[in-house]
Amino acid sequence: MMSEPISPEEVAHVAYLARLRLTEDELSRFTEQLGAILNHAEDVEALELDDTEPMSHPLPIENTMREDTPSPMLKPSDFLPEAPAVEDGRFLVPKILGEEP
Amino acid sequence: MNQEIFKDNWELIVGLEVHTELATKTKLFCGCLNQFGNEPNTNVCPVCLGLPGSLPVVNEIAVYFAMQLGRALHCSVNRSVFARKNYFYPDMPKDYQISQYDLPTNLEGYLELPSGETIGIERAHIEEDTGKTTHIGTSGRISGADYSLVDYNRAGVPLIEIVSKPEIRTIEQAKAYVSELRGIILALEISDAKMEEGSIRVDANVSVREIGENDLRTRCEIKNVNSLKSLGRAIEYEANRHIGLYKNGESPRQETRHWDENAGRTRSGRSKEDAEDYRYFPEPDLVPLNPSEETITKIDQEMPELPSKRREKLANLTGVKPSDVALLVERNHDVFALDVIRRGGLPDQVVKHLVNNLSAGLGELTAESLAQLVQMENKSEITSTQAKKMLGELVQRGGTPAELATELGFEAIETNEIENLVDQLINQHSDEWERFCSGDTKVQGFFVGQVMKATSGQADGKLINQILNERSTSK
Amino acid sequence: MSSMVPDQYQSASEIAELVTTGEISAIEILERHLNHIEQYEKDVHAFNLVTIDEARAAAEETDKLIAKGERVGPLAGVPVAVKDNLCTEGIPTTASSKILEGWKPPYDATVVKKLKEAGATIVGKTNLDEFAMGSSTENSAFGPTRNPHDLSCVPGGSSGGSAAAVAAGFAPIAIGSDTGGSIRQPASLCGVVGVKPTYGGVSRYGLLAFASSLDQVGPFATSVKDAAIVHEVIGGYDPLDSTSIKQTSNSFLEVLDKDISTLKVGVISELMGGIDGITREVIEQANKAVSVLSAAGAQVEEISLPAALYCLSAYYLIAPAEASSNLSRYDGVRYGLRIDGANLNEMNVNTRTEGFGDEVKRRIMLGTYALSAGYYDAYYGKALKVRRLLAENFAALYKEYDVLLSPTSPCTAFKLGEKVSDPMTMYVNDVCTIPSNLVGHPAISIPFGHGQDGMPIGVQILAPPMKEPVMYQVAHTLEMAAQ
Ligand SMILES: [Mg+2]
Ligand SMILES: [Zn+2]
Repeated sequence: MMSEPISPEEVAHVAYLARLRLTEDELSRFTEQLGAILNHAEDVEALELDDTEPMSHPLPIENTMREDTPSPMLKPSDFLPEAPAVEDGRFLVPKILGEEP
Repeated sequence: MNQEIFKDNWELIVGLEVHTELATKTKLFCGCLNQFGNEPNTNVCPVCLGLPGSLPVVNEIAVYFAMQLGRALHCSVNRSVFARKNYFYPDMPKDYQISQYDLPTNLEGYLELPSGETIGIERAHIEEDTGKTTHIGTSGRISGADYSLVDYNRAGVPLIEIVSKPEIRTIEQAKAYVSELRGIILALEISDAKMEEGSIRVDANVSVREIGENDLRTRCEIKNVNSLKSLGRAIEYEANRHIGLYKNGESPRQETRHWDENAGRTRSGRSKEDAEDYRYFPEPDLVPLNPSEETITKIDQEMPELPSKRREKLANLTGVKPSDVALLVERNHDVFALDVIRRGGLPDQVVKHLVNNLSAGLGELTAESLAQLVQMENKSEITSTQAKKMLGELVQRGGTPAELATELGFEAIETNEIENLVDQLINQHSDEWERFCSGDTKVQGFFVGQVMKATSGQADGKLINQILNERSTSK
Repeated sequence: MSSMVPDQYQSASEIAELVTTGEISAIEILERHLNHIEQYEKDVHAFNLVTIDEARAAAEETDKLIAKGERVGPLAGVPVAVKDNLCTEGIPTTASSKILEGWKPPYDATVVKKLKEAGATIVGKTNLDEFAMGSSTENSAFGPTRNPHDLSCVPGGSSGGSAAAVAAGFAPIAIGSDTGGSIRQPASLCGVVGVKPTYGGVSRYGLLAFASSLDQVGPFATSVKDAAIVHEVIGGYDPLDSTSIKQTSNSFLEVLDKDISTLKVGVISELMGGIDGITREVIEQANKAVSVLSAAGAQVEEISLPAALYCLSAYYLIAPAEASSNLSRYDGVRYGLRIDGANLNEMNVNTRTEGFGDEVKRRIMLGTYALSAGYYDAYYGKALKVRRLLAENFAALYKEYDVLLSPTSPCTAFKLGEKVSDPMTMYVNDVCTIPSNLVGHPAISIPFGHGQDGMPIGVQILAPPMKEPVMYQVAHTLEMAAQ
């Protein structure tokens, strides 16, 4: 088996990117578990794949498009009642730190 | 270009990213209306709200528009693959944006500026717009807001992002690039291209280097630039900021910065922790686009005449000022101008009227009417003041200049009538006349004004001057 | 061992026939099933929600149409249980996650719409591993489902609720989704038929995405024929799903009874002992199935699918990568759970930390890592190449063979709690089913004998894309022999 494929710092960074908070316990548990899964993935190293094209999708289809014609839209009453917080017909979110991306 | 920047042998390097909203009927991935000004969250469906289970389907017209623009920018149109750009932000319903990444629709083209210089185009790809966030609080800005409200009517509106190569070297070039691109977009009729209303949005990648250097230095991406004027100011500010840092032995950090129009400065966008890692990967919910040869050929064949070609035509025909030619093309009045000239309007007069008197639009005015009006003016049947008045009427309610002149009582005044008036004035104001004859041109205006007064402004100014000159030389 | 399995199932086709001819009313059929649910559901917990009122209204509507002499669909009056990751308009759809608890979609999934149009009576939303991530239905925020054959065992997963509902006789038909085996493995563990259609054969519109390039909706039934009937109903092109296939041949029924003597069957040696962890009794049953096919005149040969050895690795990078992005939208802004915070970022973090279970978090983090700058090529990129390799392996085999055969699950149903602590042990459950998902091919699991513990064993038939007819044909032959 090779060296640890993922460090606790990397797990913490990934959790940040994914908007998840981990306790100390969780951090070490997840580091170990993700490490085991990534280690297992190392067996792919044995394959010669340099000339193999990546395949991101199982279907060979292309060019599926729709016409530029309107279709029925929802009414705010269809979805706003499901929202955690609403004001003036809009979704309310807590204050945003920093500038817009 | 601002002298500050040039003075220590610093060179400005700018690349522009221009986002254009496409004027399709519906959004990029769903059949919701692509329309503004409606009540918040009324132009939405499960797809553009990012509801669980919903799936995108591409709008074929948006793709066609993108390919048209690509060809207009001399790009190759390629097999393309949509990709997800992942980051959390509430105006993005899925918390990823569907865009194109390593395989965009359009690659490697160029844009020719009116000056004849060309700026390389790296790519022009298709992506979806975000919703609109309103910041609630005393400041009205994002910082200091108490909370924010999100409206998804704009979410999923089709955009083309046109990315230039970092080949722009002056602020003038940057502005010319954007206005020329705008002209092309308008000629293609794929967007209303209003920068102030956000249907064209420009981000500037700015860096500087010392002249002679080959490598590029760290760049900053400037966002929130809402007019050509602020584009110039923002680039200038940012370039000076970089030079200042380098002179102090520091370096700028690669980051996104926001232009603050009121403060006249750029500001850092986000905290360091937020290192950008968008984790692009192929969008599994969509299939690749692979336009056929025939489609691309059709686009090329149906390509409307673009601004550069149109400017050439007008300039060749008339020899008027290049700035006026550019202006008419920008206003989309060049085809009309050529039509008027073909109908016998004198080119310089036609262009003069279009530039000075018809900036608000042509309304009911026809090419034939303007041609006739210019001819009447030329034969001194009406004065330039009268012509201007008549244009206002023709724009508003149409009609022929001949009938209108009669209706308004703009009958031509006989030359001998004006000669009589001039002679009377010479007798009444002999002192002034002496001064005029001895070369004091200041009193010329006095005589012209008096004749105009006597004729209620209907006399032809050129004719009055001609008579005055005749009288003074024959004296 | 306590079994909840009825002695005999009433098939969907029988019910539809009786209801259509007016011999029995749809409401009577429904009440019978509701009674059965009432009696046993508390032990099995197949459902997150039994939609009694809506079901009664639907059954009455079907009866009205029949009374008026109007045409009804092929599933008239047939109770159908729908996995709780398919959107049902106005009816809570949760994916068994706390983050979506109580969420009422404003629209029906295309599959749900088609079921309703076919006259089916939707009786409820079935339990699953949260967001379909798991192989035991233990990762549900609302408690595990139990195997009707033995309540101390898992039903498999992630469509464990759907498999259990059919096995327990709560409904003759259930709908599931299969991303890495989530229909076939629970079908195998619960002793029912489960089908993963060709990718693009059934619309994904309205299916809460786990891994978009692998997910496929499909039926559970008590017979191959019923499965084929439902497949015909829910399949076909959907303009709302860009990855749906335009030319679908939708007649699976007419070939069922055709003899298979002209067919060539390949037996995947890697899944018959080549890979560790597949139990002997499971391999034995697969071998018995081979004998049945040989006896029926098919030419059966052992073949090699070398890339099968790497499928698990590829799958557990690709699926989490797509999932990490698909599950970003659960951020507390537009629907579902919100746990407040001092600012937007904190609210996002609080909501997701509280709302997602451990397995979902694990996969989101794994996928985020596999896609992140600097690791993309090593993990996600490489996994996509393994996928291509596998597709090439399959393509070469299908030049010679009509279908392939393997076990469905490496073992019979295991005890609740037995494998939850070690993710890798759990992931191995998918080793036989994952290859079909990676390449988008159809596959079916049919019950074929039992293990020493008396629990059901399934055999899997794999076919090339769009070749469901031959898949059903071979499966039907096996089914006849198993009875
Ligand atoms: Mg962009
Ligand atoms: Zn929409």
